[in-house]
Formats: sequence, C-alpha cells, structure tokens
Amino acid sequence: MQAELIDIRNHMAQFPPFDEMPEELIDQVVGGVEVEYFRAGTQILEFGQDNTWLYYIRSGAVEIFRRSGELYNRIGEGDIFGQFGLLMNKTVRFPARALEDTLVYRIPEATFQYLFENDDGFADFVETEDRSRLRSALSRREKSNDLMTSKVTRLISRAPVSAPCTVRLQEAARIMTDQGVSALLLMDESGENPMLKGIITDRDLRTRAVTEALPSETPISDIMSEGLITIRASAYIFEAMLMMLHNNVHHLPVMDKDEVRGVIALSDIVKYESQSSLYLVSNIYHQNDVKGLKKISRDVPDTFVRMVNEDANSHMIGSAMAGIGRSFTQRLLELGEEKLGPPPIPYCFMALGSMARDEQLVVTDQDNAMILDDSFVPEEHDEYFLALAKFVSDGLAECGYTYCTGEIMATNPKWRQPLRVWKGYFTDWIENPKAEALLNSNIFFDLDGIHGNTGFAEELKALVAEKASHSQRFLTLLARNALNRTPPLGFFRTFVLEEDGQHRKTFNLKRRGTAPLSDLIRVHALACGSRAQNSFERLKVIGQTKLLLEDDLGNLRDALEFISIVRIRHQALAIEDGRKPDNNVRPEDLSPFERSHLKDAFQVVSNAQKFLRFRYNAQVGRNAQ
Amino acid sequence: MPSNPEGQSNTPKSTWPEQYRELAQQAKSPLLKAFYEAGCVDPDMPMSDVPLVALDFETTGLDPNEHSIVSVGLVPFTLGGIQLGRCWHQVVRPQLPLHQTSIEVHGITHSDIDKAPDLNEVLDKLFSYLNGRIPVVHYRDIERPFLNVALQWRLGEGIRFPVIDTMAIEAHLHPDRRPTRWQRLLGKKPVSIRLADSRQRYGLPHYASHNALIDALATAELLQAQIHHHFGPNTPIKDLWL
Repeated sequence: MQAELIDIRNHMAQFPPFDEMPEELIDQVVGGVEVEYFRAGTQILEFGQDNTWLYYIRSGAVEIFRRSGELYNRIGEGDIFGQFGLLMNKTVRFPARALEDTLVYRIPEATFQYLFENDDGFADFVETEDRSRLRSALSRREKSNDLMTSKVTRLISRAPVSAPCTVRLQEAARIMTDQGVSALLLMDESGENPMLKGIITDRDLRTRAVTEALPSETPISDIMSEGLITIRASAYIFEAMLMMLHNNVHHLPVMDKDEVRGVIALSDIVKYESQSSLYLVSNIYHQNDVKGLKKISRDVPDTFVRMVNEDANSHMIGSAMAGIGRSFTQRLLELGEEKLGPPPIPYCFMALGSMARDEQLVVTDQDNAMILDDSFVPEEHDEYFLALAKFVSDGLAECGYTYCTGEIMATNPKWRQPLRVWKGYFTDWIENPKAEALLNSNIFFDLDGIHGNTGFAEELKALVAEKASHSQRFLTLLARNALNRTPPLGFFRTFVLEEDGQHRKTFNLKRRGTAPLSDLIRVHALACGSRAQNSFERLKVIGQTKLLLEDDLGNLRDALEFISIVRIRHQALAIEDGRKPDNNVRPEDLSPFERSHLKDAFQVVSNAQKFLRFRYNAQVGRNAQ
Repeated sequence: MPSNPEGQSNTPKSTWPEQYRELAQQAKSPLLKAFYEAGCVDPDMPMSDVPLVALDFETTGLDPNEHSIVSVGLVPFTLGGIQLGRCWHQVVRPQLPLHQTSIEVHGITHSDIDKAPDLNEVLDKLFSYLNGRIPVVHYRDIERPFLNVALQWRLGEGIRFPVIDTMAIEAHLHPDRRPTRWQRLLGKKPVSIRLADSRQRYGLPHYASHNALIDALATAELLQAQIHHHFGPNTPIKDLWL
C-alpha cells in the first residue's frame, strides 16, 4: 500500500475484524482493494450470482435480503458483507442492495482466503462472530423477531388466570369464558401459599368433558392435567418452542421459582413468529384426514430451509423436525382412533431412532413400535392394533416418512407387543448380548413414548438405565458396533471418498459423521445410566459423571454440532436448488472453511472412537465369542 | 499564455483519435510518440469501457510558467472499480524554490524534496500510467497545463490530450450555483464545486489527509458517483471529455 493511502487503512483499522489486525496486514488488504460506488437503490449482489469479493462499506448503507426477498439485515459504515457466499461456494446467498449512496471496498477472494487461513481473529469473525453480530444487529431493529434472543416473558400479556382446584367444571368454564383465556391454572390452596397443581385447556374441556357428557358439577380436579410441564421465566422463546414441540403441549406456565408469572400458548409464539415450525405443527392438528396431512407435509422442507437460513443450531432444527414428525404421528393416531373406535386396552405408541433423539432432518424414514397393556390378548385385540398401526404407517408414508426397510414399525407383529414382552426383549439384549442381534436393536435404545400411555415407554427407559450400566459385556458389544463406521479421514488429513456406486467421489455425512457420533455417545450414556435420548442431553449427563474430560465433551459437542450443521446446510441447499436432499457430499462443494473444520471434527470422532475401544475393551477380535 | 492546451477546446471533440495519430507522426520524443501511438479511445465508447486515470498534481503555485510540480498522484481505474494496489504517488524536485505558503498547502517539505528525483527521472513510469488512458482531473487548468510546460522544458515539446473534469461536470450541473443578491437575502447558499464539497453531495466520505494520491482517488470516486447519478454507464466519452 502507498503510504498516502493511510486514510483508507485507518478507516478499516477502526472496525472489526480489521481492528485487531497488524497494520502491515491491513496494508496488504488495502493493496488489493477495488473501490466501487453504488447509487442508492442499486442492486449490488443478486441471489445466485457468482461472487468473488468480500465487501467493506466505506460510506453509505446496504440492505441484505433473504432469498425470499425478505429484509435480513441493514448494515452501514465499517460493516462487511458477501462473506457467506465466499464461505459456501462463491455464489451469493444473501442479495444486497444499496440503501443509500454507498462506497464499497471490494476485497478479492484470494485476500479473503489468505486472511481466513492466517488471521484467527478474522476467521473467527467471519465464521462465528458474524452470526451473532448479525443477530445483535437484527435485535437492534424495532421489532425483533428472533426466537433465540427473546425471553419467554415477552410473550406474557396478562397476569395468570387461576382458580382453586376445588371448583366445579361449569365454574371453571365460566371463568375461562369471562376472562377470555384458553387455559386455566388450577391451584392447590390447602397450604400456606397456593401451589400450581394442574391446568385445564379449551381442548381438554372439549375432549374430556363435553364429548364424555360429564355433569357440570364434576370437580375440575377429575379432568385437569397434572404433573405440569412448565418453563422458567429466564428461558428463551425457542426453548419454550422446543418444549412445546417435544411434549406436545400447547400451554406452558411460566415460573419464577414457585410463583406463576403467566401462561404462554402455542398461538402466542405462532403470532410472534408466523413462519415458525410451530405454525406448521398447529396446522397439523387442524387436519381432519390423511389428504390434508399430506398436503401440509409439503411445507416441511420449506420450514426446514427457513430455520437453516435463520441460523438455528442443529439442536433446534433437529428438535423442530422431530416435533413435526411426532405431530404427524400423533394426529394420525387420533384420526385412526376416530376411525377405528377407542383402543380396547391401553397402549403406547413409541418413536425410535432419530425422532426419539430429537435429531430428525428432512430425509428420514419411519421407525416406530407399540407397547400394549399386559392385558393384551392377541385374538381379541390385535386386529385393532394392527389396523391402527397400518393406518399410521401408511399415513406417514403418504406424508413423506418412508417405510422402514428394516421393518422396524408397529405394523411388524414383533414390535407390537405387551409391556412384559418388551421388558423381556430389553433384558435379553442387555443381559445376553449377541453382536449381530445388537446391531439390529441399536435403534431401540433411542426410544420415546409419543402417544397413549407414555408411562409404558418410561418404564422401558428406566429398565434400560438400570440394567445397561451393569452389563459390561453389553457395553463392550455396543461399543464394538459403534466402531463399525469410521470417519472418512485418511492419512495426512485427506478425505477418504466412496470409490464406487452411485455416490462415487463423495462421503456420507450421516454414515461417517453424525451416526458414529451418536452411536458412541449412546454407549457412554448407557454406561452412566442416563435416561436422556438426545445426544446433546446425553453429553450433559455424561459430563456429570466424569466419564469423559470436560475438554473431550466440549470437542464432541462441537464436532456433532458442526457435522450436523454442514449436513443440514447441504440438505437445505439441495432443497433450495430443487434437488433431492441427501447426505452425500463432494469435498469440492465445501468451502475451505468447511473442509478444514470438518477434518477437525472427524478427527474428534476418530479420537473418541479410540477412547471408546479402550474404555469398553472393544477391540474387534477380542471378546468376540 | 504560451501554447496553452486550452486552445484545444476549440477543436471538435470527436477528432481526438485523429489528432493522436497526427501527433504521433510529429512527436520527436520517443515517450510522446509512444503516448500518442497508444491511441485515444473511440469518441463513442461507453464510459463503462473506457480505461481512465485520475491525475492530481501538487504544485508550488497556480501558474504553470512560474510554479513547479512537487508531487504527482495517479489512480488508474474504470467505472467498475478503482484498484488501490495500482495507485502511484511520487514526490518530485521542483525547478523553482519551494515557498513556505505552498508547504502549508500540501505538507511537502524541503527535506522531502531534497531526496526526490526530478520529474525527468520518473517520466517513463508516468507515461506507463497515461498511455491508453483518458486522464480525469478536478479542475482542468492545473494538471494539463503543468504537465505541458514541464514536458516542454524537459523534452522540448508539449503534450495534448483530452481530460474529463469532474469540477466542470459539477459546474454544468449547478449553473445557478451563485445565488443572486435576492436569493442571498433569502438565505440561499452558494453551491460549492470544490472537490470535498462536491463529494459530500454524493455521500462520498471525507478524507482527512491531502496529498496528490488521495486527491486523485477522491476524483476517481467522484467521477464514478457523477456518472451513476447523472449520466449512466452507456454515456459515450465524447459527451464528457474536454
């Protein structure tokens, strides 16, 4: 850089990420700059256009848009844009338009890559900080619409409406009508301070009172829901959203210690974020036939892409997608019960695998099972449950959840059994483990009751948690199975690619990345008696037992998040391009940033597998009776 | 004023390429011959395609016959981009004594000058920037006449070329920039067409420092802004050069 251009260097040196950069490096950057002027209203970057520049705003203001045309951010002097495209595949992901007359400094891609590789501050800024910077910029706007940064208390619009749990049905209904609320909190007032005891909702009144023609004098405590799921006042809206999705509840009391601050309803969040996955979920419950469900299932990929573009993390996306899948299943079960009549004996419908783990994406098949009450008599009852299972399974297939090729579905009589048989299955898997059998039953160790008497599923979880940690041999074999799939890393950190078949020259991010990770996390989780199903939750539980070092846990968490998010973005891009999403990635489609970090992440998986082999004595060849 | 290049303003604007061909025949200095042989762009060429070079001289005064060049700043560019890495700034030793007043203007001191080469020694480089490009200046009565006189002294012959004058463009856009007495009484302020003031009207940033290079850069940016606001990238160059 010519010394006379010091004005330009001094300007850049005021703003991150250049403010932390050595002067000589900024001088080098300035030496590569091209200056360009854009009149207000001019399009600077078009969606999908090739872009090989990072833009720095010297003066003026620029609006950044989503592909949909919706405003994403407004940035000004000293801000940069265009980096998303450079990090991805050099095509513009966020169109940009000059809001005011704007002078930009264009920094060539070669300089960008050089800085990325040689200046940690710069790399951190453009890959991570930038998101939070964007996020904070967004929250500065008058109407923040970010679920990640707003607290649930924002959604509370009135003091909670409650009644003693001794009131009668009619009185409860009258209070709800007078106050115009869709849920009434019921308090136990026998003690010194009233305690939250239960809740009754509009829907409960319809399904439990009106349809059953209960007398208006029925004590409300007979039909209220107890064992309430609540949320703490300091939680973020997205946590409330996850909680509603996971538990299929539409009202959450917001608690400040023991005191109820208010109630938030699903509709509050939907109003707040009308594009959210919850909106889709609430829509699912409004459908009255498979045709209707099939129709709205076409919105699932869009919801997925939207969450990706809104920078949701993999846990949020996985939970939201699982919540949507769960809602389809639940609604199908409700419709099935309407069609076939009420179930003759209690039962629990179980989700298995990624749905149970809250780690579902868009490309997914159905894995489910039924636990029946022990009073089950096949000749009397099985016709009903087979019909119900078939109705749900076919319905799910209509909605895009393909049949499980391994026949792990409630339609398979083997997986439609009374609780005692299920307990026998799990006891046998754990106490008399056989490698082959375990390979096929792996999926049952991620389970979640989603409809009916979910207590049955909890009993199975308890049994697994108790027995698994005591069976060394079970853990050894499970660990050995978890080592079957290795990350695609060769010598000198090169990627090992598939050599043949349709997916030649690619590697599979699920089979070689997220699956080995969730497998090995499951082994540790079972070893420490955890009942958690989600991999991130499992890592938390493992952390409490000191089974793994804090550093290793952090690495595993980061690796899982990173591989998951690359996989998620890969699928979102495919959807946006109108291609069929899959898990097969070509290394050349990744940005240098993604490539380098993926290698780090795979290295973490590889190290964790080594530790697993050592910890559970799981060398192949030994213990392989 | 002897051999004032402003005499050129009487020649039809569209004849520059012909004039270059003629001048190439007449020129004795190899540098000038090469300059003219590099040619002048077609008068109908759209501005978006024209290779340009912003040019700014710091001088010891305003009269080319009495004062000297102390520094040159050159910024090659096009409408689509200004490459900062290709900018050039050079302090040169003036033939005439440096006055204290001019030091205050451009900040170039005696010690800077003492180490500096004569313009003669950097002519090769200067022409490597000028050849094939149309110079852009803010106020055409400095750079072109000063270069003309300087070359007459050193090469024994002057130079002629078209320029784009960003100040003339501003003057053209603000014909009534000096308010009448009536208007002044009503509070109307004169419109300044100085470089910094003109830039402000286009939202261009303020530069704290002043030197030939930053001023040349400022001029290049101003031309980009003027064209985007008032003319458009398809405007033929013949509409703008003087």
